[in-house]
Amino acid sequence: MGAVADALRSPVSAIELDQVSLGWRDKVAVRDLSGRFPRGSFTAVVGPNGAGKSTLLRGIMGWVSPLAGRIRLAGKTGTDPAFMPQQGDFDRTFPISTRDFVAMGAWRRVGPWRAFSARERERLDSALNAVGLGDFGRRPLATLSGGQLQRALFARLMLHDADIFMLDEPFSAVDRATTEDLMALLRQWNAQDKTVIVVLHDLDLVRRYFPQTLLLAGQGVAWGDTDEVLTPENLHLARHLCAGDYL
Amino acid sequence: MSGIDLLYQPFIEFGFMRRALAGSAALALAAGPLGVFLILRRMSLMGDAMAHAILPGVAVGFLTAGLSITAMTIGGMLTGLLVAMLAAGVARLTPQREDASFAAFYLVSLGVGVLLISLRGSNMELIHVLFGTVLGLDDGALLLVSAASSVALIVLALIFRPLVMECLDPMFLRSESRMGPVVHGAFLLLLVLTLVAGFQVLGTLMVVGIMMLPAAAARFWAGSVAGQMALAAGVGAFASYAGLLFSYYANVPASPAIILSAGIVYFISVSLGPQGGLWQVARQARARRLRLSRIPERD
Repeated sequence: MGAVADALRSPVSAIELDQVSLGWRDKVAVRDLSGRFPRGSFTAVVGPNGAGKSTLLRGIMGWVSPLAGRIRLAGKTGTDPAFMPQQGDFDRTFPISTRDFVAMGAWRRVGPWRAFSARERERLDSALNAVGLGDFGRRPLATLSGGQLQRALFARLMLHDADIFMLDEPFSAVDRATTEDLMALLRQWNAQDKTVIVVLHDLDLVRRYFPQTLLLAGQGVAWGDTDEVLTPENLHLARHLCAGDYL
Repeated sequence: MSGIDLLYQPFIEFGFMRRALAGSAALALAAGPLGVFLILRRMSLMGDAMAHAILPGVAVGFLTAGLSITAMTIGGMLTGLLVAMLAAGVARLTPQREDASFAAFYLVSLGVGVLLISLRGSNMELIHVLFGTVLGLDDGALLLVSAASSVALIVLALIFRPLVMECLDPMFLRSESRMGPVVHGAFLLLLVLTLVAGFQVLGTLMVVGIMMLPAAAARFWAGSVAGQMALAAGVGAFASYAGLLFSYYANVPASPAIILSAGIVYFISVSLGPQGGLWQVARQARARRLRLSRIPERD
């Protein structure tokens, strides 16, 4: 748990939330949330359906402007967070090879016109190898299984130069083995001082791997060390606040 | 005259056939690749809608300046873009989806357009606008079509990467850059430009055919976007040639003949194409049945 203590002691915030409320028109999804994600922290965001987890990530991306409060990101433009939305947001039958699909991740460096340099191609290969898709580069995207697609999405994310990685339910459609592999990758990124924020449903996974947790239920229920956040009382309160089914 | 001669004799003998071939092939080179993107974005019917949407502008141009290409082109661009914006606005502000609001606006457009043209013009002129004048292309029309196609292809090359990203994963492009709306707008602009240029050649009703049919056929042969674009352009150019030849010998109107040639290529592709064509699907299903039948049944 040395890393946890380090992260908590880190004086530098990657993201600071100051009494933030987020939502659309008259529907508030997250109310009055304050706190910070320290640089190099590894945080799970959990909560019932409709608790505002995805909205929070979209708010941090700047796609939803706060109804009230402020969201501050460390660093300047170009270091925007790398974001992986929930699966199913894109066209899986698109005629493109897995390698080209993953190569999209290099956008911030190659942009619309630059060619892929030898170094860039090397990074692409190593990302494919890191997720175990080294031999799948030429396969059309449409032929990948759910787990393989998720691996490809992780490889694409790896090509970013971002300091903050945010993933929305990355393991919802994959098997145990894939989850373990991809979890190891997330921990590896975190070890390189990246800030990692993951929306999850699997509390066992959170308890095993995530030193810090934010429990959301339309508002912040608890935020801090995972052991102290995921207590039966807090979970009950969250369920009650959302009046929905939870796990 | 030998059999081979029949394949090019009309183009050597008649200038209007050469012009028709140059005009329709130039149009096809840009229209096919644009059609590929329309299909990838699941906006296949959008081409139809836009083709009708340009009609009132073309008509106003015709009413004010007669059969002037410049006036009709500017008018067409204006109403095409206006309809696109109005439809998008209605889709955004009301619960009605974009396809329905587009249908509503382009139908109104078509009505207004036909009415305006018949106010002044003869039936012959109305037919020219609706079905084109591919056998009577003058220098101005040829220049317009080739210029529009060149611009479309160059801009398509410039925005290719973000356009592919926008079709495949718009949310990802959004997290990476602010180019999404710009790329979308540029694409719509190219669409209108090509349709306006194309209506001179094939007419507003037929121009969509040279855009969608080659693209729909290419999908059954090529496994990459670039491959589909190249193939669609080639199929379109070939359909122009084959259609003109057919119309010459069979003495039928040229623009429907061109579209029907593209239609034949499409039906062949649906049947025989290796990327999900019927023949391939049936063969795969048979192979699967064979494999399954080899597994001994348990009871």
